[in-house]
Formats: sequence, C-alpha cells, structure tokens
Amino acid sequence: MTKKDLEKRIVTGPDGKQFEIDPIKDYFLDAKPEVHSPTSFKVVEKFLNWARSESIWILGYGTGCGAMELPPLMTPRFDAYRFGIQMRPTPRQSNLLIVSGYLGIKTLKRVIRSYEQMQNPKYVIALGSCTINGGMYWDSYNTINRLDYYMPVDLYVTGCMPRPEALLAGFDKLKELIRTGQAENANKYAEKFDWYKKNQKQIIKDWDMPDYNW
Amino acid sequence: MKATLERLKGFFGASDEVIQRDDLVFLTVDKENLVSALTYLKNEAGFKHLVMMSVADWLEEGKFQFTYHVNSHELKKDIALRVFINRDNEDMYTIHTLWPTAMVYERENREMFGINFPGCPRVEENFVLEGWEEMPPNRRDFDTKEYSDKTFFPRDGRTTNDPREYMKEKLYSEEEK
Amino acid sequence: MNFDWIKILYSLLTIFIVMNIGLVLQGIMRKLGARVGRRHGIRIYQAYIDLIKNYSIRSSVSHGVMFFLGPVFRLAGGVGMLLFLPVIYGSEHFSNFSHYGDVTLIMYFMFLGMLGMAMGAGEAGHPYSPIGISRGLAQLTASEVPLILAIISVMAQYQTFSITEIVAAQQGGIMNWTLFTNPFATAAAMLSFLGAMGRAPFSVVIAPQEIPIGPPTEFNSTYLAVLQTNRAIFPVAKVIWYMALFFGGATSWPILIIKAIIIYFWSVFVGAVFPRFRIEQSLRWFVKIPALLGVIAIILVQV
Repeated sequence: MTKKDLEKRIVTGPDGKQFEIDPIKDYFLDAKPEVHSPTSFKVVEKFLNWARSESIWILGYGTGCGAMELPPLMTPRFDAYRFGIQMRPTPRQSNLLIVSGYLGIKTLKRVIRSYEQMQNPKYVIALGSCTINGGMYWDSYNTINRLDYYMPVDLYVTGCMPRPEALLAGFDKLKELIRTGQAENANKYAEKFDWYKKNQKQIIKDWDMPDYNW
Repeated sequence: MKATLERLKGFFGASDEVIQRDDLVFLTVDKENLVSALTYLKNEAGFKHLVMMSVADWLEEGKFQFTYHVNSHELKKDIALRVFINRDNEDMYTIHTLWPTAMVYERENREMFGINFPGCPRVEENFVLEGWEEMPPNRRDFDTKEYSDKTFFPRDGRTTNDPREYMKEKLYSEEEK
Repeated sequence: MNFDWIKILYSLLTIFIVMNIGLVLQGIMRKLGARVGRRHGIRIYQAYIDLIKNYSIRSSVSHGVMFFLGPVFRLAGGVGMLLFLPVIYGSEHFSNFSHYGDVTLIMYFMFLGMLGMAMGAGEAGHPYSPIGISRGLAQLTASEVPLILAIISVMAQYQTFSITEIVAAQQGGIMNWTLFTNPFATAAAMLSFLGAMGRAPFSVVIAPQEIPIGPPTEFNSTYLAVLQTNRAIFPVAKVIWYMALFFGGATSWPILIIKAIIIYFWSVFVGAVFPRFRIEQSLRWFVKIPALLGVIAIILVQV
C-alpha cells in the first residue's frame, strides 16, 4: 500500500456507475482508541490480572538484532513456555510486543501498526540500549533514539544485546507489574493519543495509513 | 585473463591498473565506455556474475566513484571497473539490461546519493527511506549527527568519549606513569 | 408430553465435563510434545489460564455479523455434535438427544463448524484466513473419504443408522467391539482420525509457522476464547464419536475418560513423531491406503 492508494478517487463499478471513494474513510475505521478502565470489583480484577500475567502471548515480530535473542528463549535451553509465555504470529491475539533492538523509521511505522492492532490490555517490552537512547546508532539518520516518544513502554531490558536470562528476568518483572495493576499502558496510549500521534507523524514523513489502525 | 585485460586497456581505454590480488584487478574506465566494456565482459569474456555495484563519495575532488565488480566462475577471477563522474547533477548509465539485479543497486544509490539513472525501471520508488525530504543521507556533506539531534528527541545525559583517549586513561593509565 | 427441565442441566453438565476433559487433555498433550522436544514444557493447567485470559481481554474488534457468527458456528458444531452422541451409553441423564440423531447428522456437524469459520474468516478480510480455510476444508474432505467408507461398512454390518443401536450391538464383552468384528473399517477410520484431529502430520492448517495460524488469524479476545472453548470440546466429541462407532462406547464416566485418553493420544503420539505434510501430500495420503482399507472393509462386510 502506498500513499497513492489512500487518495480520494473516482472508481467505475462493474455496472458502469461511477462513484467516489475515500479509502481512509471507506476502507478503514480510524476512530480514536478508547480507555477501557479495569473492572470495579477489586477481587475479580485481581484474579483476571493474575490470569493475564500467567499467560503472556508475545507477538513474533523482531525489529532489530535483538530478534535473535527470542528463538533461544523458546527452545529447550531457556524454555519460556514454563512461565506461560508463548509466541503468537498475529497482533490480534498477542498481549506483549517486544521491540527487539534498534528501530528504523520504516520499521517504526510497522511497529506502530502492529501495536495498535493489539487488544487492550497490551504491554511493551523494549529490548536493548537502542530503544532507550539510540545505543550505538544514536547519531544515525534513520534510527529513532527514544521509543517512549512513540508508544508507552512498560519495561526496558538494557544491554547490547541482553541475554535471554535478562529477558526472563524482565518477564518476571512484567508479571509483577501486571499483577499489581500497574501495566495499564494501553489506556495511557489512549489518553495521550494526540501527543503520541504528533511525535509519530513528526518522524514518519510518508504517513500512508489511517491515524489509528484497528 | 591477460587477453581480457589487454582488450579492456586497448579497446575500451581502461587505465590505472591495480592488481589487488592474483585474482582481482581494478581498472578505471571512462563513463562513456562503461556499458560497452561491461557488455564485452559479460557476453564475451565470461564474467557473467555482477558481484556488486557500489558508489563512493569523493567530496574533496567533487567526484562520485562507481565500482562495478564482476566475476567469472570459469576463470575464478574478478575484475572491478571504476568510473568517476562529476558530483554535481550528473546522471549515470543504467546497466539493468545486462544484470536485472542492478536495478536494486541503482534504486538504492539514487536514494542514498541522489544520482539519477535514467531508464532504469522503478528507480524512483522508495528503497529504504520512506518519505525522505532532506539531502540524500550518504553524501558526505550530510551531517547525520545534526539531523539526528534535530529529529529524534535525543535523551539527555548521554556522554561520548573518544575511544582512544578513554581506553588509554581507563586501561593503561598505570603503565604511562 | 411433559418436558423434563432437569435434562437441560444434565446437558450443560455434559458440556462442562467434556470441556474440562478437553482442556486437561490439551495440557497433557502439549506437555508431551514439549518432553519429546526435550523441553520442560507448559504447565498442565496452562490451557485454563489462556482461556480465562482471552475472556478477560477488554477490547475486541469485529468485522461484521458473519465474523461474529464464525466462532458461534464453530462452537455450535462442537456442542451439537456432542449432544447428539450417546456420551454415556445406557445412562438416562447423559444420553441427551442421542435417540433422535443418526450417523449422517453427526457427519454434518463435523463439517458445520468449518463452514461457519469459512464465512467468518472470509469477512475478516485477511488474505491468510481464506487460504487457511480452503486448506482446512480440502484436508477435512479428504480425511472424510476413508471415514465414510468405514462408516458405510459399519452401518452395513449392524444394519442400522442409529448410533445408539450401533453402541448397543457392541455391548457384552470386548470381542463384540467393531475393533474386532470389523478391523479393516476401524483401521481406515483411525487413520482418518489423524486428519480430523488436525495434529501433525496434518496440522498445516493452523500451524503458526505456516501462513500465520490459518483461519483464526483475525479472531481476537473473546472470539478467540470461544474458538478455544470449542477446541477443548470438539476433539473430545470426535473421540466419543469414534468410541461409539468402533470401541464399544462408554457406560460410565471413568471408562469414557480412559478410552478417550487412549484414542486421543493415538493422534498425539503420531503427531509427536511425524513431521508435517504439505496439503497436497496429505490429500494424496488419505485417498491411498486409508481409502483402500475402507473399500476392503465394505467388501468384507458384503461377502
């Protein structure tokens, strides 16, 4: 999909009728995200949070060199399945996005699309120093410096690259955050949506997608 | 191999022979002779494999240097042809008719150096950068640090050390005294 | 006619028990797969947590009415199939509708869910969903060829369409089971069972490594949870269906569980050992030896 596909245009239907289409309006729903507040029953919410923390589904999307650290996590040596962590190939079904390493502008666009397609509650772990301050690519023309300007980050795992053990410790920490109800960043994204969108659009000059990808 | 080099030198005006290794020779040709020399290498001399095509920016001389690196599987030899063009607004001949893969190289070089290749298909599409508005980033007069500082919200508190000085101080400070 | 309200409760209880059996079997199955791969593997109760988690996701995206109905059809296929089966033979409470349905109805229910998913996944608009669906339907159809041959043989053998009567004919000793009275039909059906269960080597349809996870690509949160519920109920319903046809049915819950584990793990053991078939390979596989066994079974019964 390029920018041209999203422009308004006049299309001739199979029956010869002409009609105008506006792809952004007609093909996509770009309503803003909503805040889904937790259940008011404390006990129920606590139980659900426990279930969420014990069943974390990762979106299998590697952005940088850190993607290499994810396969060993699932294989016999580290075996993250023990902790209820599984890989999912589609953003619709996953809860956790691991931004594994440096992000080019081109990749950031895809990451944002994937992140927005995930369902509330969703979590982000940023892996490696590149996502914190740019790491060794801090003065590059094409990689971002700080991830938290574009999407809310729950947890940073530092290192270049962090070993799978560090990632496992990160999962433990994330579980603790979820259990104590602090991992509500999907709602934070909805609340500060305009600010995040402004930052994203400042970086991504070639914005060829709807404002919010459902 | 020897006959090929002689032919290149005699017929295509190749000069500045640099024998890098036994199986790798660099030659410089004129821009006008490049396509015919490559056609000869591919079709007659058996150098059928385009290993790579690269561009270097000679800012001080005001030149771009192209290197077309071809390989012969039978002879197990490599020849690299260098071409210099002016840095300002000069186009380059496309070689996608010889090697379709060159299309991708040319697309990339157009994006990274701003050199146009008239006639190359899809050359104007985005390759890596999407919606780039500044000067092509691989030109040496483009300041990536400045651009990054301006664009990417740098995080405060980052310190940078010169690796040479820093290591001298940290690791070998005892020995100096 | 007086309607017995308590039967509704017993039907719900049947579904609940079968769902739990399915979830536990799923856990054991995945643990087994992990141990074969020298991993420690998930916790046995992980399937329960995943289910609760998916029901507790706060937002969901729907693509239209058929998208909503897809998982409903799928669940209806599983539950409907279960309710028309004599889950516990001879039990007044757990026979449900088994006196009304017959073999053809169950065959229809096996297909219903997949067709519902086809429409739901089609409306999702994701290009991978229709590919997954067409693969799934092709494989299911191919795997039903030997099954139908085997069932024709069994029906000819017992001269009845009713499952309850087929089970009744197998009572009174292990030697009365179809397994021993008609071994070729059983062999054909058990080979077809591998395809119906969707485990390796026939798991290309929903394998995450292939086109991402196939038909359920777009299904999220609660929709996925409904599909997961069905994924617990449906295999056990299929196991009970094979149990009724070939292994003498079950007269009590413990016997049902034991037989279910054995039949279920037949496909799990095969899946743990064999690599995945491509879709055209599995189609060819089903119409060769399993179909041949089915034809032999019919001929033997007629002779």
